[in-house]
Amino acid sequence: MGKIKAIFYDLFKDYRFIIAFIVVLLLTFLAILSIFSPYHPQRMYQVTRGLSPSLQHPLGTNWLGQDVFWQLTFAIKNSLIIAIVAAFFSRIIAVVVGIVSGYKGGTTDRVLTTIGDTTMVLPFLIILIIISMILKDWTKHLSNLGLLLAFFSWAWDARVIRSQVLSLREREFILVSVLSGMSTFKIVRKQLLPHVLPIVFTTFINNMSWAIGMEITLAYLGLGIDPTVPTIGTMLQTAIYRQALFLGLWWWLATPIVTAILLFVALYWLSVSISEYLDPRARFQRIGLRK
Amino acid sequence: MSFVKRYLIPRLIQYILVTFLGLTAVFLFPRFLPVSPIEQQLAQYQTFGVYVSPEQQEEMIQTLKQLYGLEGTLWEQFVVFWKRLFKGDFGPSLSRYPTPVTKVIGMSLPWTIGLLSVTTILSWIIAVLAGGIVGYYRKRWMEAFDIFVMIIRPIPYYVMALILLILLAYVFPIFPLSGGVGIARGLTFSWQTILSILKHAILPAFTLLIVGISWQFQSMKLIVQSVRTEDHVWYSRTAGVDDRKVVFNHVIRNAMLPMITQLGLQFGSIFSGTLITEMVFAYPGVGWILYDAVMKADYNLIMGIMCISVIAVTTSIFLLDLIYPFLDPRVRYR
Repeated sequence: MGKIKAIFYDLFKDYRFIIAFIVVLLLTFLAILSIFSPYHPQRMYQVTRGLSPSLQHPLGTNWLGQDVFWQLTFAIKNSLIIAIVAAFFSRIIAVVVGIVSGYKGGTTDRVLTTIGDTTMVLPFLIILIIISMILKDWTKHLSNLGLLLAFFSWAWDARVIRSQVLSLREREFILVSVLSGMSTFKIVRKQLLPHVLPIVFTTFINNMSWAIGMEITLAYLGLGIDPTVPTIGTMLQTAIYRQALFLGLWWWLATPIVTAILLFVALYWLSVSISEYLDPRARFQRIGLRK
Repeated sequence: MSFVKRYLIPRLIQYILVTFLGLTAVFLFPRFLPVSPIEQQLAQYQTFGVYVSPEQQEEMIQTLKQLYGLEGTLWEQFVVFWKRLFKGDFGPSLSRYPTPVTKVIGMSLPWTIGLLSVTTILSWIIAVLAGGIVGYYRKRWMEAFDIFVMIIRPIPYYVMALILLILLAYVFPIFPLSGGVGIARGLTFSWQTILSILKHAILPAFTLLIVGISWQFQSMKLIVQSVRTEDHVWYSRTAGVDDRKVVFNHVIRNAMLPMITQLGLQFGSIFSGTLITEMVFAYPGVGWILYDAVMKADYNLIMGIMCISVIAVTTSIFLLDLIYPFLDPRVRYR
């Protein structure tokens, strides 16, 4: 417990971490608030349509007769679900591929690296568009879309993990554990994984923001999630598609855009400040030695 | 001669191999999907409630197979795919029926290339210079750049495009909302047409520039911060070499090299970035065509765009590899 306290104490010296942390907490709070929503997220014409922001409707209502604030709470929750599913599964693939190819080496390594490199060259956006076009009924659901996105984002991180495992493998403590008869699985779990976990953690955050962005892209094209289920992407798409600006309902369009920006910036700042914390050289550059 | 042997030929082989693998993947992956485009098309007709007799349906399947290049075994299809590719033939576009895909793409490609080449090169130059200067001097007021970049960088292209579109075309209507050239203006070579094209290109270009610069600015600054502590920089400074000379000749020139490699990768990511940006601005480039193709389920056109984008990305990386030795003498003389 004391250790976690010390880590947070160090992180809170960075103004970016403080801001990002507060924003993420706030958005998470909104996501949790969706449980108490008085309205059904998909049903239309529940309130008077086109009302501007007031005390009763903090973010106004849209042209479909939905309360924008409560829609937003659902949207954040759903977008976060997609992001967490995508990040979680792609991290699992990245860790397994990275450790296996780094630790095993030889042909296994070459095959896995080639597969990873090929996925990086491919125009993944177009492929993603086609897959979600053909499998429209499947990608409609939140966790399925997350799974699909996970398959497109492990390659680069697997490569980073592999290179780290490659250098760890030559270290003495690994040799000692091999010589003392530790099983390979136990070496991976007890010796390698703790060193790899920090990368996994920071890339998890980056990957989440990537997945949220991809969801918005797909929704913008009218693909991905069922358009009546609110996510940040579908909220944006509906507002654009229904000509929110020309109807004069700027709060309808501004809400998802501002939320998206807050979320992207907060996640980015979190990952930057955490990875700087994990890299002592960068920490020195920031805290001390400044001329 | 040894340069050709040791540098050029391995890269050429790698280029051909990666392009081949990429195109093969483009060929293979729709064929491994559980749903075939033909069944989907037929299902679409059935939802319209059109009665089709079994013979007619069989005929339709055959015609569709021919259109999609799905006849014969997988191997035969593969051979046909390559034969067609070398002839530059992706079949007819399904949404603009008799027009061949190559012609549709050929019409939109100049727009994308024009937009992309200018913004990529310009953003790279600005980012390298700004990153170099800010990273070297580290004055107090320059931190404003840092904060600006920290906010802009995580925002994806399309969100940025939307913000600019709303601010500069709707709230303050300075720029046109969409399109590549004014309505009802033919593509004649006149001063007004060029002006109109430029005016339409400013917002998409600005989106790509702003995001591209902030991405590259940050990595340039990081590289410069490590280069500026190197011995040769320190020596030239103590020897009394002019500060400006140190920055441009010693720091930026060295830090530039990894940035050139990044330019190749950047090209790939900007390529997908322009796709979305074009969709937002309805700019008549490849991205807009792709959006249209997705909306109308124009399978051939999508395949064509995919092949071209694989070739574009690998070729640009290869070309940068070719230019690299001219900029880095260490590679040239090894």
